[in-house]
Amino acid sequence: MTESATPTLEVHDLHVEVNDKEILKGIDLVVSKGEVHAIMGPNGSGKTTLASALLGHPRYRVTQGEIRYRGENIADWTPDARARAGLFLSFQYPAAVPGVTLVNFLRHALNQRRGQDVPVREYTQLLNDAMAKLKVDREFARRYVNDGFSGGEKKRAEILQMAVLKPEIAILDETDSGLDVDALRIVAEGVNRLLGPDLGVVLITHYNRILNYITPNRVHILYAGRIVTSGGRELADEVEAKGYDPFIPVGAPA
Amino acid sequence: MTTEARDIVSEYKWGFHDAEEPVFRSRRGLSHEIVDQISRIKGEPDWMRELRHRALDIFYTKSMPSWGGDLSEIRFDEYFYYVRATDRDARSWEDVPEYVKRTFDRIGIPEAEKKFLAGVGAQYDSEVVYHNIREDLEKQGVVFLGTDQGLKEHPEIFRQYFGTVVPPADNKFAALNSAVWSGGSFIYVPPGVKVDIPLQAYFRINSEAMGQFERTLIIADEGSYVHYVEGCTAPIYSEDSLHSAVVEIIVKRGARVRYTTIQNWSNNVYNLVTKRAVAYADAVMEWVDGNLGSKLTMKYPSVYLMEPGAHGEILSLAFAGPGQHQDAGGKVVHAASNTTSMIVSKSVSKGGGRTSYRGLVKVYPECGDATSSVRCDALMIDEDSRSDTYPTMEIDADRVTIAHEATVGKLGEEQLFYLMSRGLPEQEAAKMIVNGFVEPIVKELPMEYAVELNRLIELQMEGSVG
Ligand SMILES: Nc1ncnc2c1ncn2[C@@H]1O[C@H](COP(=O)(O)OP(=O)(O)O)[C@@H](O)[C@H]1O
Ligand SMILES: [Mg+2]
Repeated sequence: MTESATPTLEVHDLHVEVNDKEILKGIDLVVSKGEVHAIMGPNGSGKTTLASALLGHPRYRVTQGEIRYRGENIADWTPDARARAGLFLSFQYPAAVPGVTLVNFLRHALNQRRGQDVPVREYTQLLNDAMAKLKVDREFARRYVNDGFSGGEKKRAEILQMAVLKPEIAILDETDSGLDVDALRIVAEGVNRLLGPDLGVVLITHYNRILNYITPNRVHILYAGRIVTSGGRELADEVEAKGYDPFIPVGAPA
Repeated sequence: MTTEARDIVSEYKWGFHDAEEPVFRSRRGLSHEIVDQISRIKGEPDWMRELRHRALDIFYTKSMPSWGGDLSEIRFDEYFYYVRATDRDARSWEDVPEYVKRTFDRIGIPEAEKKFLAGVGAQYDSEVVYHNIREDLEKQGVVFLGTDQGLKEHPEIFRQYFGTVVPPADNKFAALNSAVWSGGSFIYVPPGVKVDIPLQAYFRINSEAMGQFERTLIIADEGSYVHYVEGCTAPIYSEDSLHSAVVEIIVKRGARVRYTTIQNWSNNVYNLVTKRAVAYADAVMEWVDGNLGSKLTMKYPSVYLMEPGAHGEILSLAFAGPGQHQDAGGKVVHAASNTTSMIVSKSVSKGGGRTSYRGLVKVYPECGDATSSVRCDALMIDEDSRSDTYPTMEIDADRVTIAHEATVGKLGEEQLFYLMSRGLPEQEAAKMIVNGFVEPIVKELPMEYAVELNRLIELQMEGSVG
């Protein structure tokens, strides 16, 4: 765990609106490199909203609070500026971009991330290594981005991009959902390989499953736009055993 | 100049013109006298001169199309119908007048010929100034000439086919072209000969208020193959120009013709073109039609499937920027049983540009067992742009399989966010989405043209979002 004075990602009292409706109602979250924070919560609790707001999706309006990245307030940064600085989002529902091959797109993305053109040979090697580790064949990169991908392929493609782009903070939005046991293991192992002192992870999940593979330092329960409880790994087991009900504050809206 | 006009000028790098005086220019406007003059200068046989006069009469009697784009500002009396820059059609670039060569050098034609073409034709205003074909092809009997020279050297083939696919009476602009046609390409490919790399013709309008009326005739004899590519540009002037070509293609039994257009007219050109092919038994006709630039384009390449086994394909791409209307699409007529066709149209509009897809699939009675698929997708980059779809199906036979799919959409917010969330700036992300959108058509092009087309689209996309 890093000893540096400023954590990489600091979210303070974050309020976010979508279509003039407040979805996040004051989120606090501090993630340092080397840490894994799991965020669990029932459907509709605001997990994807949080992920989208962190990357600066234009439809998710921050109305209060702040997002600090490496100490800087990034509220005004466009999504691409955040990505170049080292934020990464593995989408719950990645958009298809027909006609654009994964290999071409990812090369552009890597050039942006590095701030310079990466030699083709180096890129090819990087990509091939990452694909081999995720057990996808080489043809995969020739396919159009997420176009006609199965659920499992989409999640692998997300982690593949993460492996190539080497972010400092990765937000994984339900990377486990829709995967069968084998695919889940491959994807989780893929994430595990990337973990280390240079990466902080926000692992958003609906179920406990992925936490059998990836061990979080902290677990937060998100409910109706607020983090209602935080704790260690054992919190996830509690959710598994009892569901979310025990964590819902008395008198909270359903 | 308004800011907008300046932007367009700076984006359009072919907007330069050459100030040299042509060796001959007919006076403004159109008359039987001018038709006579054109025919006389060319030293044509009587039958062609008579055909021209008949066509002019037809032109006078035909009304303007009431559909398509806005033609109300066309002033037929204002154009120069015939402008001849030089007296010869050269076979070597050395013999092309210096100033004309400079233009084609800037466009990169001689370079392209060296690198990847089997033959090149270059038309400057009304006349073909250069044409050449690889010697081995010529030895095999492949003919690739300027159309005027084709008429001189191959009168018998010419007379047999000229005006049979697109008769003068077909429409007002076909009549106009038939009356004042000049230049274009004449191609004959003998039976069984396969021209493995493309033949290209390049059409350049240089003069202001110019009417360019090239006429192309391609005959692919039985079992042959040829890929013909045309490119077009023009300078930017305040007065409009008119480009009204006619292209006729005969694809005989078992032959295959691919005709690719990468058109990039400046914004002051009316582009009203009739392109049609007839395909006989087991023949394949493919149109790959890339429409960028112009003020208004109305163009619907057609294929008439005349005998069983014939297959027709039209891949149409249109990009309309500010002040532009691309009314494009394609027509397929199934005039025999057991014929197949496919139309794919992709259009992009931005900055107030307008695209229309206009298509026809017709299956005649008794022409069953026909299969056709039509797919048209329109992408609008911003709120100001417009796209319409006018698909027509006339199916008068049994056992016909028709698939039709159409989508109209805005540049996707989620796609844009996805690409940006990986570090791509908004413009680059938008370009990538648009290039992906047109990819099904671009991937059909030879590599050099695909690169060029992607680049043209990227130029058009500059400054379009954000
Ligand atoms: N783009 C959107 N438009 C409208 N409502 C949205 C949008 N995104 C999220 N919401 C609403 O915000 C709430 C939280 O959604 P979301 O963040 O997707 O939850 P989760 O990811 O936890 O399932 C839901 O009520 C959802 O309907
Ligand atoms: Mg979600």
